[in-house]
Amino acid sequence: MNKSKEQLLNKRYKAEQRFRLYGLSAIFMALLFLTIFIFKIFSTGYSAFQKTWLIVPVTFDAELMMLEQNPSNEDLQDADYYDIALKSMADLDPNANEDQENELKRMVSYFFEKEIKNELLNNPGLIGKTKEVYLTASDDLDQVFKGNYPRDLPEDQRRVSDYQLKIFDQLVAKGKVESKFNISFFTYADSREPELAGIASSFMGSIFSILVCLMIAFPVAVLAAIYLEEFAPKNRLTDFIEVNINNLAAVPSIVFGLLGLGVLLAIFHLPRSTPLVGGITLSLMTLPTIIIAARASLKAVPPSIREAALAMGASRMQTTMHHTVPLSMPGTLSGTIIGLAQALGETAPLILIGMVAFVNTIPGSPMDPAASLPVQIYIWAESAERGFVEKVSACIMVLLGFLIIMNLFAQIIRHKFEKKWS
Amino acid sequence: MNLILFTFIVLLGFTSYYFGRKKAYTIQSSNKRLTALPQFYGYYLAIWCAIPAFIIFSLWAIFEPTIVKLLVLSDYSNQGYLDDELNLIYEKTKSLSRGQFTGEITPFIEASAEKYLSLRSIAQSSKAVIVLSIIIASVAYAYKRISSNSRTREPVEKFLNAVLFTASLAAILTTVGIVFSLIFQTIDFFKVIPLFDFVFGTHWYPAKAFVRDSSEALDPSMYSDTFGAVPIFAGTFFIAFIAMCVAIPIGLMSGIYLAEYASSKVRQYAKPLIEILAGIPTVVYGFFAALTVGPFLKELGTSMGLEVSAESALAAGGVMGIMIIPFISSLSDDVITSVPQSLRDGSYAMGATKSETIKRVIFPAALPGIVGSILLGVSRAIGETMIVVMASGLAANLTLNPLESTSTITAQIVVILIGDQAFGDPKTQAAFALGMSLFLVTLCLNIVALRVVKKYREKYE
Repeated sequence: MNKSKEQLLNKRYKAEQRFRLYGLSAIFMALLFLTIFIFKIFSTGYSAFQKTWLIVPVTFDAELMMLEQNPSNEDLQDADYYDIALKSMADLDPNANEDQENELKRMVSYFFEKEIKNELLNNPGLIGKTKEVYLTASDDLDQVFKGNYPRDLPEDQRRVSDYQLKIFDQLVAKGKVESKFNISFFTYADSREPELAGIASSFMGSIFSILVCLMIAFPVAVLAAIYLEEFAPKNRLTDFIEVNINNLAAVPSIVFGLLGLGVLLAIFHLPRSTPLVGGITLSLMTLPTIIIAARASLKAVPPSIREAALAMGASRMQTTMHHTVPLSMPGTLSGTIIGLAQALGETAPLILIGMVAFVNTIPGSPMDPAASLPVQIYIWAESAERGFVEKVSACIMVLLGFLIIMNLFAQIIRHKFEKKWS
Repeated sequence: MNLILFTFIVLLGFTSYYFGRKKAYTIQSSNKRLTALPQFYGYYLAIWCAIPAFIIFSLWAIFEPTIVKLLVLSDYSNQGYLDDELNLIYEKTKSLSRGQFTGEITPFIEASAEKYLSLRSIAQSSKAVIVLSIIIASVAYAYKRISSNSRTREPVEKFLNAVLFTASLAAILTTVGIVFSLIFQTIDFFKVIPLFDFVFGTHWYPAKAFVRDSSEALDPSMYSDTFGAVPIFAGTFFIAFIAMCVAIPIGLMSGIYLAEYASSKVRQYAKPLIEILAGIPTVVYGFFAALTVGPFLKELGTSMGLEVSAESALAAGGVMGIMIIPFISSLSDDVITSVPQSLRDGSYAMGATKSETIKRVIFPAALPGIVGSILLGVSRAIGETMIVVMASGLAANLTLNPLESTSTITAQIVVILIGDQAFGDPKTQAAFALGMSLFLVTLCLNIVALRVVKKYREKYE
């Protein structure tokens, strides 16, 4: 009898242990996913911050460039650089036949002409001389140099030919291939060529969208929250508004994209693909988030503050505007930043309003077509080129970096400036 | 031009504020009592500046385009053009005047573009003149009116209250906008495709509708077997089901552990770490699912002799489940912590172990709240877009095999609407009809879930 009781107790304790273990392993699983996730992104993405350059001797032959004696700056601008660019690539292998010369040309990006031109514009004294110039390597060679490209594939399944690899290896042996920090990733707009693609246009697109979103959503949401929390009479209308806000917060984001498409583009004829439309769409999405946060922080201001102000003869509006709202601002602001961080990561509604269009210029205002960082991730992720894989991961790293900064900022505001009432 | 006018009006507003306050001070200095603080006199005048400006600007925005259009097209009115043709001419005129016109420029259109531009500039300058004169008149009138015994605080506060109220209508306006943008396209869609075919048809192949020449008349029989949404709905719920199979056990167990077992230190670090999963943009999950999880599952399946699609429902659903974990864990954590301590104490006093207390007392007590959080999670899963667009297939297969690819409502909306759309095309309308069904389904789920959670909260408060 006693023994079976003990057995039962043991069984119950074991069940207790097991249950605890389940809980622990659930948390462990969730954190494991997070770790794998971040590890994967970083391990594929970090190499995109390096860019491979070929160091090629270029002879600035005045005759080939169609330059007269003592050329002015304008002449240098208009000169023909294509021939010397081609020649300098062909000179890498003096015995190359015509096909091989073509292959040599494809070892660098199609910006090589521009890069040579910039070299001369920076140093006009080079005419007639030979200088080694840094040329952006093609994305495939870039990947080869970073070790991301399977060299042992049969030649017909590779985008780099054996010949190109041979010349490339010779250059590597001579120390004429260099890897430097990839500045152009941050300063170039999108491109079809991975080695020339950058996030500048999508970054500006994101900034403009978020600014538009902030300028619309923040004032409207704060005013709405003040009304609902401080002034609204309890009636059907305000109940309805409240139900609406709670539901809007849970409506799928793509529905807001349909709203942007069906109303902003089709009825108001706002320009397609622009951060303006994107920002308005995102502001409708973040509105409920900010309203809920602002109401919560207004609610957290103790009634004694209001009562004191009213007792001193302030009107209700004065009480609210001078005392309650300033005291609630830290909470409201941190809620706003969190809402904006959500908006910054949003993709689907922006795709629907056309921000996936290929944009190779950097937008200067919210009225110019642009992509945004998450949309750029989507565009690159759908591209077939191997070089884009690391670009996507790098873009994700930039985006996550921004989200982390924004969330930290929200935390700091909350902890530093929010008054604790007790 | 508008910007200059706008800054000018803002400046005028500040000046009238300044004058109002100054008048209040002069009244005060003549030893009369004011009925409000001096700045209210200033605000009062500024409002008298803002309201007329706002009214005129909005009237102008509404009427100017129509009037300009009427005037420009009056040249064509006797030439027997149809309305559609006139609209086309007007669009051409506008794009020509912006310098964006591509195509053959006829002298007619060039003339009307010139007329359009001159009308626009007349409109602009007359707007500036009218706005400024009316504002100055109204501010001057109000300036004369205010005196020592006029009330200024009450109107100012009433105005502010009205502004606050208008702002709170934005939420209703957004909902109305959503319904409005969806409903017309949806109705048009169901005029061509019978509702019955949409809800019960089993073939979804919208690309077929696209091949059609746009000049052909709409023939409903052409679309039979094109817009049957059953595979889409099935795929949506199937992927959501897979996601919940991942999210519910992990989310619920970690919620329980955090609420009942974890020390405050573990809780302090683990909770925000898990919530990071909710902050990661969905496009990043999509990339992860497409690049890592999909190929991994395919390789795993091949090594076990199974045929796994690289875009399997399992990959999309599984990654989506990871995304939903934090929603369920933090919501169920909340509901479990709000179960009153007395229930736990009672159970412990009867000799129950912790896990028995959780399973037999706390879980049943918190069940409504947990169900609510799960429903919210399901609504997330159904509305999630980027993961399915990137990781699951785009062809709508009617299948229950998680290793094959399926498609969802959201993925189909994106596939149809990416790039240029022609409104009035049944394919585009189909996307809106799908959006409508998505909106309705998630709306129902949300309402039920929020009700359940709210009821539950009231029970223990």
